[in-house]
Amino acid sequence: MNKVPKWVDVALIPLANLVLALLVSGLVVLWIGENPLKAMQIIVQGSLGSAYGLGYTLYYATNFVFTGLAVAVAFQARMFNIGGEGQALLGGVGVALVCLFINWPHWLLALPVAIAFGALFGAGWALIPAYLQARRGSHIVITTIMFNFIASALMVYLLVNQLKPAGQMSPESGPFVPGAHLPTAHEMLAWIGIGFPKSPPVNVTFIVALIACVLVWLLIWRTKLGYAIRAFGHNESAAQYAGISSFRIIMISMLISGGLAGLMAINSVMGEAERLLINSVQGAGFVGIAVALMGRSHPLGVLLAAILFGVLYQGGAELEFELPAVTREMIIVIQGLVILFTGALENMVRIPVENYFVRRGTGAR
Amino acid sequence: MDLLIVVQLLDSMLRLSAPLLFACLAGLYSERAGIFDIGLEGKMLASAFFSAAFAASTGSVWIGMCAGLTASVLLALVHGVASITFRGNQLISGVAINFLASGLTALVGQNWFKLGGRTPSLAGDARFLPVELPFASAVADVPVLGPIYSELLSGHTVLVYVGLLAVPATWWILFRTRFGLRLRAVGENPEAVDTGGISVARLRYQATLICGLLCGLGGAYLATGMAAGFIKDMTAGKGFMALAALIFAKWRPGYALYACLLFGLLEAIAIRYQSIEIQGVGTVPVQFMQALPYILTIIILAGFVGKAIPPRAGGEPYVKEL
Amino acid sequence: MTAPAIELRHISKAFGPVQANKDISLSVAPRTIHGIVGENGAGKSTLMSILYGFYRADHGEILINGKPTEIPNSQAAIAAGIGMVHQHFKLVQNFSVLENVILGAEDDLLLKPSLKKARSLLEQLAEEYELRVDPDALIEDLSVGHQQRVEILKALYRRANVLILDEPTGVLTPAEADHLFRILSSLRDEGKTVILITHKLREIMAITDTVSVMRRGEMTATVRTVDTNPQHLAELMVGRSVLLRLEKKPAQPGRTVLNVRNLSVSDGRGVECVKNISLSVRSGEILGIAGVSGNGQTELLQVLGGLTPGTGQVDIDGSELPLTGPGSDARARRETGIAHVPEDRQQLGLIMDFMAWENMAFGYQHDDRCRRGPFLMNVNSMQDYCLENMQKFDVRPMSIEALAKNFSGGNQQKIVLAREIDRNPVLLVVGQPTRGVDVGAIEFIHQQILDLRDAGTAILLISVELDEILSLSDRVVVLFDGRIAGERITAETNEAELGLLMAGVTDASAPDKAANSA
Repeated sequence: MNKVPKWVDVALIPLANLVLALLVSGLVVLWIGENPLKAMQIIVQGSLGSAYGLGYTLYYATNFVFTGLAVAVAFQARMFNIGGEGQALLGGVGVALVCLFINWPHWLLALPVAIAFGALFGAGWALIPAYLQARRGSHIVITTIMFNFIASALMVYLLVNQLKPAGQMSPESGPFVPGAHLPTAHEMLAWIGIGFPKSPPVNVTFIVALIACVLVWLLIWRTKLGYAIRAFGHNESAAQYAGISSFRIIMISMLISGGLAGLMAINSVMGEAERLLINSVQGAGFVGIAVALMGRSHPLGVLLAAILFGVLYQGGAELEFELPAVTREMIIVIQGLVILFTGALENMVRIPVENYFVRRGTGAR
Repeated sequence: MDLLIVVQLLDSMLRLSAPLLFACLAGLYSERAGIFDIGLEGKMLASAFFSAAFAASTGSVWIGMCAGLTASVLLALVHGVASITFRGNQLISGVAINFLASGLTALVGQNWFKLGGRTPSLAGDARFLPVELPFASAVADVPVLGPIYSELLSGHTVLVYVGLLAVPATWWILFRTRFGLRLRAVGENPEAVDTGGISVARLRYQATLICGLLCGLGGAYLATGMAAGFIKDMTAGKGFMALAALIFAKWRPGYALYACLLFGLLEAIAIRYQSIEIQGVGTVPVQFMQALPYILTIIILAGFVGKAIPPRAGGEPYVKEL
Repeated sequence: MTAPAIELRHISKAFGPVQANKDISLSVAPRTIHGIVGENGAGKSTLMSILYGFYRADHGEILINGKPTEIPNSQAAIAAGIGMVHQHFKLVQNFSVLENVILGAEDDLLLKPSLKKARSLLEQLAEEYELRVDPDALIEDLSVGHQQRVEILKALYRRANVLILDEPTGVLTPAEADHLFRILSSLRDEGKTVILITHKLREIMAITDTVSVMRRGEMTATVRTVDTNPQHLAELMVGRSVLLRLEKKPAQPGRTVLNVRNLSVSDGRGVECVKNISLSVRSGEILGIAGVSGNGQTELLQVLGGLTPGTGQVDIDGSELPLTGPGSDARARRETGIAHVPEDRQQLGLIMDFMAWENMAFGYQHDDRCRRGPFLMNVNSMQDYCLENMQKFDVRPMSIEALAKNFSGGNQQKIVLAREIDRNPVLLVVGQPTRGVDVGAIEFIHQQILDLRDAGTAILLISVELDEILSLSDRVVVLFDGRIAGERITAETNEAELGLLMAGVTDASAPDKAANSA
């Protein structure tokens, strides 16, 4: 049997797909009459070229790590959780409840409770789709889409009718208690005497995200549960043969997935907005799909892809500033192209590349 | 509630359900042929933008519509290439198409018109105008039937009538023609079609293209019939609601009409009333009405009320094997 | 002299490095039934797929009625008058019989005329060939035998002159098979040519006029059926005199380990597949379950392995096994000491994308040596003991990090067997232990099973290979249509007698013998 080298699978093919997506994006930029190379330079410069840009890049990346891990864990069990958006919204509700109604003396106490509530609410929003998939066979993709819409209706209801302080016009909650303020990179780096700009919202949640990556890696590759999840994802009937309960795996992996999506609220709601806004997720749930696909559902890959998308989001904001013709939506286009090439059109690159390596392997023998 | 309010509600139900109906029938062709399509939303959006943009630039709604159809069909082709030729994941491809449409329409729109992603307002020949059915004004004063005819049935744009006619046409195509037989077969068991000497890929491409055309009509109606121009992300989940309606309708044309009308009615009620008092229950918030189509679909999907069984080969790329 | 209905000249076809057909020439006379026999994987199906336009040959040519014909796709095959009944039917389940018959052969853009035409033709064919099916029934409501008739009708509706049937009786009851043979004979008598692919020699002898034998991608012989006999054909098929009898010590049966009473099992559609069977296996003994595939063996195995619920009573060492609900899953079965080597190792026994060390613990991931604390896997220990087992069973390549899919069939089976035997099970249930396994590995695997028996494990062996049953088991139970058709002491029976039982000729004495031996 000829084998394709591992680096081809984990590095070459995702990179080739990314390059294709960027090439087509370049064509779009050309089409609207701007220079793609210049655009690229602005993106990189704007996102990585200064501490300020880097701060924003890592802030976005933190969001995408959580939603990317959420999609990745579900992918490992061969489920497509497209409901990260709704789960993250609900996670925001959980976090907001913790930070609105308890007068925390210190953020170190508030953070773990907020983490627990964000995860719990996110997981809770995945519970019904998971149960319907496990018990009734209702397609998880469709049910999670429906739950995204139900979540946004619920969010409007909660903010307009319940959480909005009396007399306020805009549908958002009141500010969180001061004790729930998470330290930003500016504050944390100041403790050890390093200067960092004040405005970037990157905060201690970035470290939580890194820990989440490690924990997810441990879960998938080092625990019995992860072993069962992967076995189930590869072959459901073989998993049954091995005594692995499909009900248990579907439920647990979807709850973990929803919980991870919910954790995004720690960064965006608790860390940045410090109040519950009507759309605190802003599409990050969907970016998670692109991130998980690019990262091949591996936590390290997810981290790298999340940073890449952080670069795109931050760089995209700069881009709009420098080249008014290229609006923020360029990022959505790039995101769509990345999903298209790394996800849907994967075989377009994979099959020729693999054939090449298989042939080369045969020739060498 | 007096008759006039009911008639007005039903009238806006018809207007609101037309785009759902186009997208729902579009999804029906695609999914009956075994291609899942969660990119209905994106295709409608692309068509809405391009039909409004071209109508605004040329002053002709018909040229606009052709541009919209072209955009929608091109996206459908992308979906076809990904899911038929390269056997990619159809759901992921749909997600990608929604992003592409959402990003491109706003990006190009801003560049073209510099109106923050909107197109200029359309007027005159650049829009589909209401069609007065014969004798509508003459019979308007006839009690009960008069207003029903003149207010409810008459006075919609031509696309609403096209949409309504598309329902029996779809039924006839699916169940009375050779193409329909093959289309249904390829969604249930592509091997049966393949061994019968018919190209699975060709049939599926045809279904995908019809899906593109119908989404295109839906989008054109949104931007040049229902509204007078394009605004950013104006489909606002209609493609997904159509998907819900398709499941609700169990992939059947007649039921699709009912499902879309129901969802349209819920939307009409939600627009008209901010909250509804129901005696003994209390106040039903408007958000609940907005979420109701999705909740109903979940209940159907859960199989508590008549299980929805999708086409058997749906979502699976066809790989020839023995 | 008439030209052959079908002539293949020097056909070759390779899939990657595997040469599925090597320089095959074949000539089928018109108005005959021509059998093609060979073991699984001999290349029969590939050859017929080339003829039906599913694959293109790398070399060679096809002549139909003496004329060279290109068959690039199924459409061309149909146009050339070739019809095919696949082993797995290609029918649309929720379509009516009529709709299935006309699918792809409609005359018109509208369905009505074709449906009408098909209806009258079906009536006519029903008269002519005993091919009766309700034209308006949905396929999903028809029995397998009737579904097969729909496939034949499809071919005839397309005016096929040559009908290819791929393993047509594998799924049929004997009565249905007889009916099929009558249909085929009358088709021949009406002027059609039939090509019958099978690995069952009995069928070849019963119905064909000519027979060709394939082995490892090559055509080894073509003879007139009257000039040959099953023994001879078998030798041509396998290319070695049939399996050598193993050196086997007499069994030392001990206590009764497995005791099955009135077990019934239904499949997903509610059809009863195992019907009220009772049997027992003692320690140090191998009970063979013989039978044509699809007579309930798979379901029996699955119930014992905890994959399917059943009704009745199953005792292991005197304590009752739950057959439904909690405690009836595969994990609980393993904890009771039942090891299960499944019939389909690629679909069930292994995760093809897992590494060898992960597969060596598959199903036993909760064992003490596989874990560290309640949650973590003990990767080092899992890898160590994988290597140990691979050495013991001589698995090649001996790489614990190789993926299961990169091992040959025999080595995959060794991994499964090593894993299941290693736990010293009380009972081993094993299905088709040597299916798709190379000769060298067969002997090794058989020896391992015998050694396990001698160490005192009770073994239930399911195989469709009669030779395997005869050479390994101490007693044989024959399943037919979900019931026990008979039970024999291996030493006191022979192929002919078992063959009768497998064909459903039950003997009244069976229950007595079962009682005696239990």
